[in-house]
Amino acid sequence: MPVLATAERTLDRHLVRFADALRTAGLPVPLVSTLDFGRAVAEVGADRRDGVYWAGRATLVHRPEDIPLYDEVFEQQWLGAIDRGRPAAVPSPVTLLLDEPGGGHDDEGDPEAPDGDALSVRFSRAEVLSARDFAECSDDELAELHELMARLRLAGESRRCRRMRPSPRSGRLDLRRTVRAALRTEGEALTRRYLEPGERPRRLVLLLDVSGSMEAYARALIRFVHAAIVGRRDVEAFALGTRLTRLTRELSTRDPDAALARAADAVTDWSGGTRLGDGLRCFNDAWGVRGMARGAVVVVLSDGWDRGDPAVMSEQMQRLSRVAHKVVWVNPLKATPGYAPLAQGMAAALPHVDEFLEGHNLESLEHLARAIIRE
Amino acid sequence: MAGTGSPVSPHEVASVDDVIAALADQSYLADEGLATALFLALRLRRPILLEGEAGVGKTEVAKALATWSGGAFVRLQCYEGIDAAQAVYEWDYSKQLLHLRAAEAAGTTEGVAVSDLEDELYNERFLVRRPLLQALSATSEQAATPPVLLIDEVDRADDEFEAFLLEILSEYAITIPEVGEFRAEVPPVVVITSNRTRDVHDALKRRCLYHWVDHPSVEREVEILRLRAPLVPLALARDVALVAAELRDMGLYKPPGVAETLDWAEALVLIGADDLDPEAIEFTVGTLLKYREDQERARARGFGDILSTVLGA
Repeated sequence: MPVLATAERTLDRHLVRFADALRTAGLPVPLVSTLDFGRAVAEVGADRRDGVYWAGRATLVHRPEDIPLYDEVFEQQWLGAIDRGRPAAVPSPVTLLLDEPGGGHDDEGDPEAPDGDALSVRFSRAEVLSARDFAECSDDELAELHELMARLRLAGESRRCRRMRPSPRSGRLDLRRTVRAALRTEGEALTRRYLEPGERPRRLVLLLDVSGSMEAYARALIRFVHAAIVGRRDVEAFALGTRLTRLTRELSTRDPDAALARAADAVTDWSGGTRLGDGLRCFNDAWGVRGMARGAVVVVLSDGWDRGDPAVMSEQMQRLSRVAHKVVWVNPLKATPGYAPLAQGMAAALPHVDEFLEGHNLESLEHLARAIIRE
Repeated sequence: MAGTGSPVSPHEVASVDDVIAALADQSYLADEGLATALFLALRLRRPILLEGEAGVGKTEVAKALATWSGGAFVRLQCYEGIDAAQAVYEWDYSKQLLHLRAAEAAGTTEGVAVSDLEDELYNERFLVRRPLLQALSATSEQAATPPVLLIDEVDRADDEFEAFLLEILSEYAITIPEVGEFRAEVPPVVVITSNRTRDVHDALKRRCLYHWVDHPSVEREVEILRLRAPLVPLALARDVALVAAELRDMGLYKPPGVAETLDWAEALVLIGADDLDPEAIEFTVGTLLKYREDQERARARGFGDILSTVLGA
């Protein structure tokens, strides 16, 4: 099959170069998609305004989050090559930036630093958009802990699902197997076979706070999150900072070092500011309430320091608790002697939390594992 | 605009404009991005995966494609726990049991080998065809035009089912152990939709062309309103589209989709509101915003304020 036969030669090279540029920019483009792209351009015609753009959108892009990146590379590669009048308006429904880059529209003059607080935590006022290198902080102890975390069983409680399974007891008649059995007895249905509803574990959603005040704990907890994702199916993970980053894909690599490195690349606001309420809102809008959190066990791993409006926090936690089966809040500071949930965000969230747990050491994570299973 | 059936059949479209025109004949207004993706899906004979917010018209596309082509419209609504028995085929067990009984009563089962009995039972006349098999077993005499297969809300099915779907979509063939292989003589036009409550598997995405369906622009929404709700006056349609666009920017839990604006415009006509005022919005807001919190947010800002923002200039 002549894949690029109808496209002009010069264009072939352009197309391949464009796909390469997308790969370099970080967009996963399999070879099959590049070939599809070639055929698509041949069909649409390279001379057509926007034709190449949309042909690429249909064949090379498979997630709405990748559209801005695609646009960027497209501008670089094709500007001048093809006259593509207007820039297309494209949605980015998932990675929602809460901060204008460099612009602080936040409550600048707000002096509510946690003065006199016995806890040595501080807000990082400016967002530190620097990619954190996990390799630097992974000392032997953390690696060792990581192995122990992998042994935690986060099986989660199960729920009935719609998929039926064979049952030894009576239930709904399984005609398929009954007929099969009848054939052995000359068509007489002597033994009847039954079905019952199957069970599957509830989805587990982990929301990890990666803001500056959580830094010391987040390093360890991200390993816990990785262990959870690798350890069982149907686990979703997100990083909450000044923005929401989905980490499920990055952390699903079995090799812990590779997984953590990929997660570090993905989270651009590691140890940045704290916007818990807004982060939860992003999660609810883009994922949670749409279906991911429905009937799931949602675990928030955070110290509850929130720079934003406590009313937002309260509202979003309420939304979350209305769809989730159970909301567990894990606060590493809870173990500190004399701790009271005074942080505004924490106080606003607590009424909507089913379980409030510690999360400062391995032992407390074992408690968490039990809490996830418990009804 | 031709009334019945477009002269161009879907597999013979020559350009993106053909797709736009043909869908417009079916009262579906596609923008260039969607039309290009559909054009490619038809020409390259590949499934197309449409993702987008609820109510942007993903399902409608498949229906419009079916009426355009005149091919059969086969719909598979996905849900949790859906399996081959509901999606592909099932044996009519009651009929099989009856058949066995009848054969027994007639005394024909005696001395018959079990394998022969099996052959008799697992015959096509006891086969119940579910949507996927229906879509694949259309023969060229039956239908000159391929059927349109809509696999709706694939994100609701579980991942085992997705793997299974991938297998069928890559070959356009299904093997039923007792009967043999069913291979589509005419591959169906396949439209898959997802509301994105979870990610569809990469392998399935690679198999498909992809398009993210966005809310329409104001101009397009006015056109849609005029086409789908002809009773709505032009001025009102424009105001409705402007307000809807403004509401979509307010960060609501459930921004109104095209389906909601259509309902709203018709509701406004029903209560006799010829142009928009805060009172008319108050009476009809339930057709547009479906969350109490969203209604409260809009009310808190003030319907009058929203109106003067969008109509002010």
